[in-house]
Amino acid sequence: MAKSQLRVQRGFLWQGLFTLLMFFFMYLPILVLALYSFNQSRYSASWEGFTLAWYQKLFSDARILSALQNSLTVAFCAVGVSAVVGTLMAVGLARYRFPGRSLYRGISYLPLIIPDIAIAVATLIFLAVIQIRLSLWTIVASHVVFCLAYVGLIVSTRLADLNPHLEEAALDLGATPFQAFIKVLLPQLMPGIISGCLLAFVLSLDDFLIASFTAGSDATTLPLEIYSRIRTGVKPDINALSVVLMLVSGLVFLIAESIRYQSTEKRLK
Amino acid sequence: MSTQISSPPTPPTPKSEPQASPTAGRWLGYLGLLGPAGIWLGLLLVLPTLVLFELSLVPGLEPGGLVNPSGLENYLRVFEPVNLLVMKRSLFFAGGTTVICLLLGFPVAYWIALLAPTKWRNLLLVGFVLPLWTSSLLRTYAWITILRYSGVLNTLLTSPNPWLSNLGLPTIPRLELLNDWPAVLIGMSYGYLPYMVLILYASLEKLDRRLLEAASDLGANPIQTFCQVTVPQTMPGIAAASLLVFITGLGDFVDPELLGGDSTMTISRLIYNQFLKTNQWGFGSALSMVLIMLVSIAIALLLKFGDRSAAS
Repeated sequence: MAKSQLRVQRGFLWQGLFTLLMFFFMYLPILVLALYSFNQSRYSASWEGFTLAWYQKLFSDARILSALQNSLTVAFCAVGVSAVVGTLMAVGLARYRFPGRSLYRGISYLPLIIPDIAIAVATLIFLAVIQIRLSLWTIVASHVVFCLAYVGLIVSTRLADLNPHLEEAALDLGATPFQAFIKVLLPQLMPGIISGCLLAFVLSLDDFLIASFTAGSDATTLPLEIYSRIRTGVKPDINALSVVLMLVSGLVFLIAESIRYQSTEKRLK
Repeated sequence: MSTQISSPPTPPTPKSEPQASPTAGRWLGYLGLLGPAGIWLGLLLVLPTLVLFELSLVPGLEPGGLVNPSGLENYLRVFEPVNLLVMKRSLFFAGGTTVICLLLGFPVAYWIALLAPTKWRNLLLVGFVLPLWTSSLLRTYAWITILRYSGVLNTLLTSPNPWLSNLGLPTIPRLELLNDWPAVLIGMSYGYLPYMVLILYASLEKLDRRLLEAASDLGANPIQTFCQVTVPQTMPGIAAASLLVFITGLGDFVDPELLGGDSTMTISRLIYNQFLKTNQWGFGSALSMVLIMLVSIAIALLLKFGDRSAAS
């Protein structure tokens, strides 16, 4: 018994050290970007003094700012549409049994697993065949497809945990199905809808591949702008941009986690 | 399961008179709830995929070009030696990434799920996957900063090191990792490690600890316990995680494109080039269909061998 405990201790130690190393591996690139965003040197990797010049340059860069605006427009529109349509879809799939239900569900989850490049190419070809000019709105339309999948997935998970009798009680007490949906079901689904939306929002902001196929020439999103810049080498103002974006997405993540945490706490009570 | 009381779960009968209000309400419910998503997915996912398949059968298709009679030429081109090499390389990157992620991710997931203090587990897991929430493009860019010829790694390695010169050892030469396959493998493994750990954690957390104790009490050494209890018990999770990393790796574009060079052409990069550089849409469509088929095979394996609860 003592011997096996000793083994467990030893396992604890070396695996703990290895885990620590892997944590370092995960955060290394982020630390490097953060560090070099304050480095005076433009090209070399050696440290040549502290500066905030790259941040100043970033915030006065009109192309970056307009790309950011485009990205935010796309993300807000795509997530807004997906929030409504995805929630309806999740409720519909949970409520009804019909032939073709698993096919419907399977297709709605396809964007989670089919490579982005295939979706991007298919959308480009289709838009070309029906002769729709590429613009900011074609990006929105294609982003809704994968945002829908994430919102639908997370709302479905939440739905499966809900007490179905509450909605039945509302109906028994004389609420119309519409009232029961708005006043009983929707508030309970809200944490799921919000965390689904936050995830979809981050993914929409991050998407490079689908946007590069569906963007019009005047609709450059932030990932497209970043990509075209880092293709041509290392740029210190991109380091600064990374730090800003990481702080923002870290914040979004914390909000999402705290909502998730609070909703599970509430459910446990 | 049915949450509706007003409508008994009768099979929907194709009735024309709407005076039976539960049925009418039911149809309205179908349309209102499932209609919008159905239309959107039909228009922007199903229909485009069908068009993609149709165009993959048109040889030499270019945007605005003549419509040629359909044939299998595009698919035959996929099997030319040059393109076959690209396919093999894509499989190598996806497979290599899967193996590396499994080797690095399993000890991490094991430690967090079974050895770390209970109250720290959630925090550790969240902390490990937090980098996923940052832009994937920028994380790849960070690896360029680290791995390039005059980058962070080489600067650290080649900086004057009194320790080494005292021992009479030569200075380490600069490593040329960027623009070749090692950088691609590093970047992809870095990107997919959190997914691997997340899924393995879900599977390891459910592992019955008493089995490990029993094996140990019955005289199994740690290696035997690991091979004969831990691995078989978590096999569905291992399969699910590996296949998911493999599938994602197969479609990766950013890592091979930015971290690799001309020698790391993969199927995704080839597809990208057909559409945005050389305008060979027919061949590009055929390549996309092949990629979708490869992924479908992996999904079929996932559904067969993977742990569904872990995968979701």
